[in-house]
Amino acid sequence: MLAVATPEVLWWALLPVLFLSVGGLLLLTVASLVRRLPDWLPQAWTVVTGLAVLVACVPMWCEVRDEGPRTTLAGSVAVDGSTVLVTAVLAAVVVAVALLARPYLRREDLPGVEVYVLLMLSAAGGVVMASADDLIVLFLGLEILSIAVYVLAALHLRRIESQEGAMKYFVLGAFASAFLLYGMALVYGATGSTRLALVAEHLSATVLVDDSMLLAGIALLLVGLAFKVAAVPFHAWTPDVYQGSPTPVVAWMAAGVKAAGFAAMVRVLVTSLGTHASDWAPPVGVLAVASVLVGAVVAVLQTDVRRMLAYSSVAHAGFLLLGVQAADADGTAAVYAYLVVYALLATGSFAVLTVMGGDGDAAHHLDDYRGLARRRPVLAGAFTLLLLGQAGVPFTGGFVAKLGVLAAAVADRGYWVAGLAMLGAAAAAFVYLRILVSMYLEDPDAEAADGSTGPAVPLGARVVIGVACAGVLFVGLVPGPLLDLARDAVPVLVGS
Amino acid sequence: MDAAVFIVSAVVVLTGAAGVLVARNPVHAALFLVQTLFGVAVLFVLQDATFLAAVQVIVYAGAVVILFLFVIMLLGVDRAEDLGIEPIAGQRSVAAIVGASMLGLLLTVLLVGVDGPTGARGANAALGGAEDNTRRLGEALFTDHVFAVELTALLLTVAVVGAVVLARRVRGPLQPMPVVTVASATGSDDASATGSDEATATGDDPAAEADDEGEAG
Repeated sequence: MLAVATPEVLWWALLPVLFLSVGGLLLLTVASLVRRLPDWLPQAWTVVTGLAVLVACVPMWCEVRDEGPRTTLAGSVAVDGSTVLVTAVLAAVVVAVALLARPYLRREDLPGVEVYVLLMLSAAGGVVMASADDLIVLFLGLEILSIAVYVLAALHLRRIESQEGAMKYFVLGAFASAFLLYGMALVYGATGSTRLALVAEHLSATVLVDDSMLLAGIALLLVGLAFKVAAVPFHAWTPDVYQGSPTPVVAWMAAGVKAAGFAAMVRVLVTSLGTHASDWAPPVGVLAVASVLVGAVVAVLQTDVRRMLAYSSVAHAGFLLLGVQAADADGTAAVYAYLVVYALLATGSFAVLTVMGGDGDAAHHLDDYRGLARRRPVLAGAFTLLLLGQAGVPFTGGFVAKLGVLAAAVADRGYWVAGLAMLGAAAAAFVYLRILVSMYLEDPDAEAADGSTGPAVPLGARVVIGVACAGVLFVGLVPGPLLDLARDAVPVLVGS
Repeated sequence: MDAAVFIVSAVVVLTGAAGVLVARNPVHAALFLVQTLFGVAVLFVLQDATFLAAVQVIVYAGAVVILFLFVIMLLGVDRAEDLGIEPIAGQRSVAAIVGASMLGLLLTVLLVGVDGPTGARGANAALGGAEDNTRRLGEALFTDHVFAVELTALLLTVAVVGAVVLARRVRGPLQPMPVVTVASATGSDDASATGSDEATATGDDPAAEADDEGEAG
């Protein structure tokens, strides 16, 4: 037998994936062997795992900064700033969702281990997506992430809406995965490799006489990725799934899945297919404007706060796409800064919604927020800050994030795109204003006014909302550190 | 010799395929499918693609058809079906058109010979001897694509965990639908029942549909 040279493995670079996947599987094994697991253990285990990943990110960041980006496992995993940044975002969201999940599960009387297991496995898939330097690895990461999220969406077994939303998400998601896979196959056919670095190398070294196959591949890739990040017209699942799924899970969908999706999109489109930016940037611009406008306008028509935030997340996806279509380092840095801020805003907002949901997770109508400022002034104040952040009001992180992507679009001479997106932002502000008016200016219902002080806010939710608000304010007042971080995180292609 | 093997296996493949179409009993159709798949495996061997041939036998003839048979027997449809009824109106004519156009496309590609642009050659493009092919595939899987192989394991684990979670019995009463209560929503205690409930729930819920239309406008 001939000895086969196995690829070099940088174990420290794989630590986040290993922590999350092994953590999830270990919890699963222990939970299935031990008859009565202490109530607090799964949550604590998830939080510890998430924090361990966050801690592991620090030396990774330093290593990448000092030694430069590199690849491992024969060029299928990229170790660069964007990997570390998105991994850290995902780990932080995992911790936040775990903190929100336990009081939620107890309130809804749901079994309490699967959420954490699937959350960690899903996050492992997200980290793989963020670090994938190979189309096959990217696809596998996306599937690990998605399948876990489909099940998480259906986890409220007694709510038929949860099942309905999960079914829609699953069927449409399977379609989107098929599109993505077909796109990958065509790109592979046109370039002869699934390695992103080799794809880029091939495209920069050769001029294709007939690039129809490549363009078809890029188009299909775009469909698959746009579905994952919920961009118009691939957003149809968003409101139903956000409305039906358990609210802590929605926080993961909004913050985690979107972050992983955009990390993958940036790496594939901007860094690897950058030579063909003139082909894919205009359609991405159209997707961006359509998402911002449709998301903002349709959100105004909703009366369910979860549906409102679902459409507003579509609008946010549009803003993120604005940074992607700029197709340069500035745009990419703006996307990463936006992702960090949006992760704060989304987890914070959905933490408030988790608290507000009440028994049965049903009290999400706009009327349920009437007079909240009088019943729960601190909660209402925090929600106000998060909504203002989502609207992009100055001195909040949302302003910094929106300014970044708009500046990137303008610098790329996308005046029309940027102008229309600003119009959409103005329309979206109306949505958040409606919730604020309901909280502050309208009187509470008669029954709610009878001395009830509104929903109880568990400790975990307090921590999440507090950290999110502090983060949003900090980025709004001192944007420098985040912007530097995002600039350092712009992915670089390293040939294998 | 090659030609003789080709002709024999082609006959095996074609009679099997015809048998799948003609057989009245679904179980017989599945067995004819096995015959076709074995014939294709022989064709693969003829092309020196021994690994593919083995996979063809193990995965398709071994696993996939067995699953078919499981489903056929579990659902209790192991008897002749009345093929006169069209389950979906107009389905057959559409299928005929699509099939004919696919055949046309294939013939065009074969006869006209569209020379599509492709890039560099893939890792397993160069075919050597019989063992070489298998070894190359194995090498590629455990060197270049080792991470993908490991991730596939994780993916399958996630899928199994998800299936078990969804197939579990529901504790406690179901929450009523906010708008329209579904008649069958009371007794769903396994995954398949829940799945069918969802289908009816999404279809029968006029409020949700109206809502969707409102959003589209």
